[in-house]
Amino acid sequence: MILIQARTEPSSLMKVASPLLAIALTLIFGCVLFSAIGKSPIQALHVLLIAPLADSYNIGEMFVKMGPLLLCAVGLSLCYRANLWNIGAEGQLLAGALGGSAMALYFGDSDSILALPITLLAGIASGMIWAAIPTYLKLRFNSNLILTTIMFNYIGLYLLIWAVHGPLRDPQGFGFPESAMFSDTTLLPTLFESSRIHLGIVFAIISAFIAWFILSKSHLGFQIRVFGSDEPAAKYAGFSSRKLSWMVMLFAGALAGLAGVSETTGPIGQLVPNVSPGYGYSAIIVAYLGRLNPLGAILAAVFMAVLYMGGDLAQIEMGIPVAVVSMFQGVLLFFLLACDFFINNRLAFSNKATN
Amino acid sequence: MDSDLIVQILFAAVKTGTPLLFIALGEVICEKSGVLNLGQEGMMLMGAVVGFLAAYGTGSAGLGVLAAMIMGCIMSLIFAVLVLHLGANQVATGLALTIFGTGLSAFIGSGVVGQTIQGFQPIAIPLLSDIPFLGRILFSHDILVYTSFAMTFILMFVIYKTRIGLTLTAVGENPHAANAIGIKVLRVRYLAVMFGGVMAGISGAYMSLVYTPMWVENMTAGRGWIALALVVFASWRIGRIMLGAYLFGIASIMHLVLQGLGWSISPNLLAMLPYVATVIVMVIISADKFKEKLLAPRSLGKTFDPRQMA
Repeated sequence: MILIQARTEPSSLMKVASPLLAIALTLIFGCVLFSAIGKSPIQALHVLLIAPLADSYNIGEMFVKMGPLLLCAVGLSLCYRANLWNIGAEGQLLAGALGGSAMALYFGDSDSILALPITLLAGIASGMIWAAIPTYLKLRFNSNLILTTIMFNYIGLYLLIWAVHGPLRDPQGFGFPESAMFSDTTLLPTLFESSRIHLGIVFAIISAFIAWFILSKSHLGFQIRVFGSDEPAAKYAGFSSRKLSWMVMLFAGALAGLAGVSETTGPIGQLVPNVSPGYGYSAIIVAYLGRLNPLGAILAAVFMAVLYMGGDLAQIEMGIPVAVVSMFQGVLLFFLLACDFFINNRLAFSNKATN
Repeated sequence: MDSDLIVQILFAAVKTGTPLLFIALGEVICEKSGVLNLGQEGMMLMGAVVGFLAAYGTGSAGLGVLAAMIMGCIMSLIFAVLVLHLGANQVATGLALTIFGTGLSAFIGSGVVGQTIQGFQPIAIPLLSDIPFLGRILFSHDILVYTSFAMTFILMFVIYKTRIGLTLTAVGENPHAANAIGIKVLRVRYLAVMFGGVMAGISGAYMSLVYTPMWVENMTAGRGWIALALVVFASWRIGRIMLGAYLFGIASIMHLVLQGLGWSISPNLLAMLPYVATVIVMVIISADKFKEKLLAPRSLGKTFDPRQMA
């Protein structure tokens, strides 16, 4: 007889084991799925997980994808810790790409050493603005943050598409909806000779450590944690929910904006309609997989970046639609949430049926 | 603007509002039981693709709708098990359902992108469709639109006039009290969530069998999310959901109207309209904190664990 019992103390082992278990279950699910559609599961797993790390070029590409995922996930981790359901990283990323690109194009061929820093700041500011509007609407008018941030994802997307069809379109671009290529002074420097790895990944890792420091060492982080676990207690202690919401949301918006501008000034080098293959949405999964801990997000972002790479390779080598990536992401979060049940509960085995 | 154009716009508003009506009716029942399912977009996409595949394979649009309903129900069951049995966070689980549904629908639909089928044909209802003005707006549609009318009135009756409606409201308002008087809270919530899934399935099928009719990746374009806002807009009342769905319908075809009037605004800017309208409406409705607290089901979004009885 197997019974489910509530644990008296949450299991700290399961807190760590749950993401690993969820990843393992997702991979098993993947094998079953690939067998079902007549593909070799071994080959599929190899393409999805091993091939992306097989040579130095692919590892470089993995870091390129990891940057924006991590930047967005770090901000979201803090938001979710504070019970702020910001689903708007995608829109904030697109806003950052748009604002940063407008600035880069404004600089044109200028050789000012300030061109790149100001371009990056423009991207960060744009992401902050895109986060600030839903935050203001929530605090001033009590509107639902989940729904407004989602709506701003769509609004941001159409604004970006409008911009590349209109004011930011390359006049010499034969009518393609793309901006002109940015000049070298507004491009992020790459870290190595033969790879596209650029400064973005450095920003991402630094931001993860800053967020970890804020969360675990600062008074602000203490407030975030109290708010997240016991809102009445936080209010009783006199913490301002308004101030906290602003800080956390603007921080998340800034990082997502930086992710966006780092994409356009990094690997892409111009503004295009499909800046992001859903990084802002995937970052939600990364944040959860990393246990809403900024340092955990680093490991989770590596896994997610590998999955993105694997999805591309699976499409090229095995003809598997690339949508399989977002399906796996959903399955992964399902398994994670299911495994988390065992943080507060356990299976008990007993010989006699009770009750 | 001549009256013929107005009739055409309102006819299109009903047609565009119908998928929103279906999915929002499902979600309002789900929320009335105290469960917030953010997986609407994912369930709707799965309904759309499975409905299309079934209709494409069998040649019957009716079977397509049936398949979409079953698929929507299966999707909602994944959510229900995680949220109701394993006590998972409703927001996170709903997001997972949407991400999963978006990916899986694109995955299984990749073979039929661009294919077309014979969807439902309009049926003018005798006599009613002859009513001047209203006849052409309301009674010259396809069978699914009439089904949505019927569903609205049936739900109004069931929720406000029957014991089932009382039970559902009791579970959403105070699950502990409902449990104390012998209502099986989790069973009620399971049924409410599954009803939401079935309606999301029909809504998706409407998109791929009537509205377009074809399958394109991500074809619901955020309608599942707009439906969630619609429920807030309607203050969780069935009748207002119908009104709201058609108002959102008008907002989503506004770009066609403005272009028809000869305004030269970029179509990409006009495509933002439904989302901007949603934000504005949410702000207006939610601004009155007291009112919203009074209207939203009190246990909405909160986990109920029958083992932890107060």
